[in-house]
Amino acid sequence: MWRFLITVIRRDLLLAARRKGDWLTSQFFFVMVVSLFPLGIGADPEQLRRVAGGVLWVAALLASLLSLQRLYADDHRDGSLEQMLLSPQPALILALGKATAHWLIFGLPLLVIAPLLGLQFALPPDVIGTLVISLAIGTPILSLLGGVGAALTLGLRGGGTLLTLLILPLYVPALIFGAGAVDGILAGMGAEAQLSLLGAFMGLCLLLAPWVTGAALRVSVD
Amino acid sequence: MRLSTHNLACQRGDRRLFSGLQMDLYAGQLLLVQGGNGRGKTSFLRLLAGLSQPEAGEVRWNGESISRTREAYYQTMVYLAHANGVKDDLTPVENVQIHVGLRGQKRTQAEIEPVLVRMGLAACLDLPARVLSFGQRRRVALAGLLVSGAMLWILDEPLTGLDVRGVAEMETLLREHVQAGGMVVMTTHQPLRLQGVDTVPLQIGPLMQVDDLVSESASAEA
Amino acid sequence: MNLYHYAAPATFYRMAGRWIPWLSWGAGLLTAMGLYISFFVAPTDFQQGEAYRIIFIHVPAAWMSMFIYLVMAFWCAIGLAFNTRLSYLMARALAPTGALFCFLALWTGALWGKPMWGAWWVGDARLTSQLILLFLYVGIMALWAAIDDPKRGDRAGALLILVGAVNVPIIYFSVKWWNTLHQGSSINLMKAPSMATTMLVGMLVMAIAAWLYTIAVAFVRVRGLILERERHTDWAQEALKEA
Repeated sequence: MWRFLITVIRRDLLLAARRKGDWLTSQFFFVMVVSLFPLGIGADPEQLRRVAGGVLWVAALLASLLSLQRLYADDHRDGSLEQMLLSPQPALILALGKATAHWLIFGLPLLVIAPLLGLQFALPPDVIGTLVISLAIGTPILSLLGGVGAALTLGLRGGGTLLTLLILPLYVPALIFGAGAVDGILAGMGAEAQLSLLGAFMGLCLLLAPWVTGAALRVSVD
Repeated sequence: MRLSTHNLACQRGDRRLFSGLQMDLYAGQLLLVQGGNGRGKTSFLRLLAGLSQPEAGEVRWNGESISRTREAYYQTMVYLAHANGVKDDLTPVENVQIHVGLRGQKRTQAEIEPVLVRMGLAACLDLPARVLSFGQRRRVALAGLLVSGAMLWILDEPLTGLDVRGVAEMETLLREHVQAGGMVVMTTHQPLRLQGVDTVPLQIGPLMQVDDLVSESASAEA
Repeated sequence: MNLYHYAAPATFYRMAGRWIPWLSWGAGLLTAMGLYISFFVAPTDFQQGEAYRIIFIHVPAAWMSMFIYLVMAFWCAIGLAFNTRLSYLMARALAPTGALFCFLALWTGALWGKPMWGAWWVGDARLTSQLILLFLYVGIMALWAAIDDPKRGDRAGALLILVGAVNVPIIYFSVKWWNTLHQGSSINLMKAPSMATTMLVGMLVMAIAAWLYTIAVAFVRVRGLILERERHTDWAQEALKEA
């Protein structure tokens, strides 16, 4: 089982390394969306600080959707998804491996970029710290839940738009707890409660999402 | 070793492709699936591979449904279809390595290269599969099949894209595999010389009405 | 009683056909009754005046939109567990009605919000959750519309509905949390001071009417879906000729 899981993750990382343009697109998208906000709402530091958590989190959601469209689509097209489903291991492990690889490629770089963008919003260091922690707990949710949507919309006309429609509502708790943690620290109320709730939601996703994704993949290749 | 189907039925969209299909295949036999275009050959192979679920009946491995003996079955079976499952960005060696890795096996480069050379890919071991021709990519996929050491091969049109020499090599591979006690299920539209191979023909198609028979014989005469 | 007998499409088709007139008449009568109670019998609220009467539509609609989602999730779970095709059709037939009630609840909520809060839309937890529920309904219907193969559509939709069903309570909780964090507790729609018995009766009558309407409409849709799926069978051809 471990060999299978590791093969899936290494395979996706190797493919990402060979095609850097594909995943850098979503990182740049994240940077751009976040950087456009000050242009839209003005440079008042007080105001920027108030919206920073929400802006960064919404941008992270949208950027994840951009990269999720390709999570299974390329493998579906060239037949390697079928090969992976024909492994002796259950599809749930495959989904877990794919989500892990997606997080390493998409989520991890966000944690590095986010503090720099936080500076743009005049955030003090402790708030930036909370922002990074909230993203560290929250971005796996995006990879896991997004995998469900990617698997369900596999090979459909307008799959990308549909994916957005299906998955964004499901992201709501992650957005509220994640952005709430940043706001909590800003308001001086602490962020422990939000971060624990975010962690609980992540645990639930970790438990259920790979299972549903696996089932959805089987339905989609049938 | 026995692969069998019990009252297998398949429906695609509105059309019932076949029903009540009974079939037995033992070690050392090759099942040649025949039938015109759109008669459900590919669907039948996908059912055997467990990629799609039958409308009724079941596929059995050693007398037990493959949904119950999943792990054991998938360790003995490889499936190769129109889409090769070869990743464009990886070299042939990497492709084969991943193919067997997904099956939970580990093979070194030294073990894989001779097989690729045997498949006539000596000149392109280090090239990304993107620059290979369709036939060469098919050879990569076939090399993966050989390296995995699987007992049961399910091949959907394995000769597509192969040149005359490739077809002859494929015939040799099939003969060797079956005579060594392996099992093959395959479809093909091309003539195949399989002297000395225990070949079981299977005709796939809907139960034909009298009208269909008449019109078909009429079109054959014309 | 043999459940499989009723799960057979042909049997269900005929049974649903017999029930539809009764359900429709029941829904019509109860709606008339409920509206009468809500407009003429129920007393004027001393705080909110006449505007509060919209809850006789708003509350049952909000109830229904959530109940229907749960019922859909139930049928999808049955369908995935026992591979009964009829249960997927039930889910498909219910979704548009659920979305309709969801929209109705939002609309009436906004209409009520204007006199109550002085704004059509405030970030009220219930209304926001309702809006997200509407998004879920729309997403499910869009997924069904995008998938041509009925078998795949059934099962993909079922998986999405079940994921949503697990997520809806979490969404509701998180939105409530967000709401208290950002603006303190707002006026609660359900906290009409000392709800009079006649008001409760009116709401219940309207809710039952909504149920009957939902079942009737769902049956009509299921019959259509059954005919579509079974159009190659002999009984479906006969049923089409009769109609």
